Amino acid sequence: MSNVLEANNISVQFGGLLAVNNVNFNIPKKSIVSLIGPNGAGKTTFFNVLTGLYKPSAGNIIYDGRDITDLAPHKIAEIGIARTFQNIRLFGLMTAQENLLVAMHSHLKSGITATILRTPKQRKEEREAEERAQEILDFAGVGKWTYEFARNLSYGDQRRLEVARALALNPKVLLLDEPTAGMNPQESQIFIDFVRKLIAERDVSVMLIEHDMKVVMSVSQRVTVLDQGEKIAEGSPDEIKSNPRVIEAYLGKPKGSK
Amino acid sequence: MAKTTAPSNVAKSNRKWITGYSIIGVLLFITYQFLLPWEGLPLGIYDAIYQWMPPSAINESLVYIIMALGLNIVVGYAGLLDLGYVAFWAIGGYCAGWFMSEFFYFLNINFLGSVPAEAPGIHINFWMVLFIGGFICALFGILIGAPTLRLKSDYLALVTLGFGEIIPQVFFNGENFFGYNISNGTKGIVMVDPIPVGVKNLGPFDFGWKLLIFLFLTAIMVFISLRLRRGRLGRAWLAIREDELAASMMGVPLMRTKLSAYAVGAFAGGLGGVAFATHVNGVYAERFNFTISIFLLAMVVLGGMGNVWGVILGAFILSWVNGNGLTAFGQLYNDRFGTDVDFASFTFLLFGLVLIFMMLFKREGLLPESRLKLMLHEDELDDADATSKSGDK
Repeated sequence: MSNVLEANNISVQFGGLLAVNNVNFNIPKKSIVSLIGPNGAGKTTFFNVLTGLYKPSAGNIIYDGRDITDLAPHKIAEIGIARTFQNIRLFGLMTAQENLLVAMHSHLKSGITATILRTPKQRKEEREAEERAQEILDFAGVGKWTYEFARNLSYGDQRRLEVARALALNPKVLLLDEPTAGMNPQESQIFIDFVRKLIAERDVSVMLIEHDMKVVMSVSQRVTVLDQGEKIAEGSPDEIKSNPRVIEAYLGKPKGSK
Repeated sequence: MAKTTAPSNVAKSNRKWITGYSIIGVLLFITYQFLLPWEGLPLGIYDAIYQWMPPSAINESLVYIIMALGLNIVVGYAGLLDLGYVAFWAIGGYCAGWFMSEFFYFLNINFLGSVPAEAPGIHINFWMVLFIGGFICALFGILIGAPTLRLKSDYLALVTLGFGEIIPQVFFNGENFFGYNISNGTKGIVMVDPIPVGVKNLGPFDFGWKLLIFLFLTAIMVFISLRLRRGRLGRAWLAIREDELAASMMGVPLMRTKLSAYAVGAFAGGLGGVAFATHVNGVYAERFNFTISIFLLAMVVLGGMGNVWGVILGAFILSWVNGNGLTAFGQLYNDRFGTDVDFASFTFLLFGLVLIFMMLFKREGLLPESRLKLMLHEDELDDADATSKSGDK
């Protein structure tokens, strides 16, 4: 009931490879949950299933009480599941503001004729969209780069801009794919604070894929561990830290044991 | 802060160009409508203008400019390579042939036409046919686009190439299209109705007035291009050009957005087609060949993809060289040096060389769009920091 998103028995098969095997996963409202696992565990594949990029071979996804398993990616984005990418995928030659306005595309209405004639309604809509974009940019801490091309921003600012762009979709679920990859500890800390602020101030849940255990353990309310496409553990950060199967997946089996 | 300063990365919404454009347009109009026929004009000037820049050449390049602006929306804005744009030119042309001539002699429909009411055939007012042609082309753009736009770059180019061949061929052999004559085949539809402008009807030789009309149509296309570019749709096109996957993940419906680029581009093709039919006073199937598609693409690339002024410049230069410039130059050269070289036959050699040199030294075109310039010189920057953009997914 209090889950904004529920993925039930998701399997993804690529030819003979079972990338994700029968995974159940839910995201409670206004929470931060993490998905971790060794490289190749199927984390990003699972992400891509949630955002509609891949269709699961089995299982279904319920978002806000609605089955979204077969929706097109842009529809899923429109109804409120936004994401960032492991490798930053901003529109490099568009300004920060334009990046956000693209994300608002599905929520804006003006069509071809209204845009050509620049009707009062269209101008009002554009103005409001620009104001909202500025608000989000300020919130994400990149407010001074409104008119700068995205590719000219620093790495950290590009990461923040990507989150801002996702927020422009007005999402209920925000999927962040390795958001602190390549950040130094200070930048990671700033990012953690930002995510906390996000949860506190907005009606949004965050799902995180992350390799930096410090970030995962400090920010998550619940951690799920994938290994070779299977969910091997789920629980609070403390439970996960001491879970023998998790340690095994990451570090290998202790010598002598079967 | 950067917020308040006038940002150079943002296209400003000014309408200043309209003033400059109107002045140039009126000057051109006065020159060709009043100055040229003026008897006091020294004969040398008259001959020179008629040799180098006759009014018909100006009008023809304006038609090319309209088409190139349409193609620019598809190729320059949305980044969809279209090698079959001539199809829309042909459809637009035949719209003029169908609705503004005696082609359908067994019918007698006259709606604000410029010929006597009892004349056989369909005679609809030129200004309406412009829109009819534009919308029929837009419809065909959607029909052609719906199955093809799912393909990615190279494949899309190949399929558009196919459609660009199919549609003119249908008209070429259209004397018997499942039992109906839709195009008069190779004979073409000759004699298109004159253009009514209130006080008079413009026949095929009213170059000055037609210049004004074609300038007006070009201005409409510039206006549409600039406005759309800054709006919701233009941003979505740009985003698709930049990163299709990210755009769809940000809620941009790829198919619908690409289709709209196709439809708007095809609309311009319709305008150009109707205008061209009135320019040459007929519709001739053999004129709609594959070369035109490449020619238009070369205009867009030469001028500067994505920038309307660059495209206008590119289209003007190429159509002038093709239509008039090279012949005039050849004549000058042959007279001077007593040779007998047929310069006009070297047109495509010249175009080929120009394109090769452009690609080598100025890939972004003559008047590039700022973003495209950055994009095309990206590799030189990326060598410095090769870390970005590695890996996918």
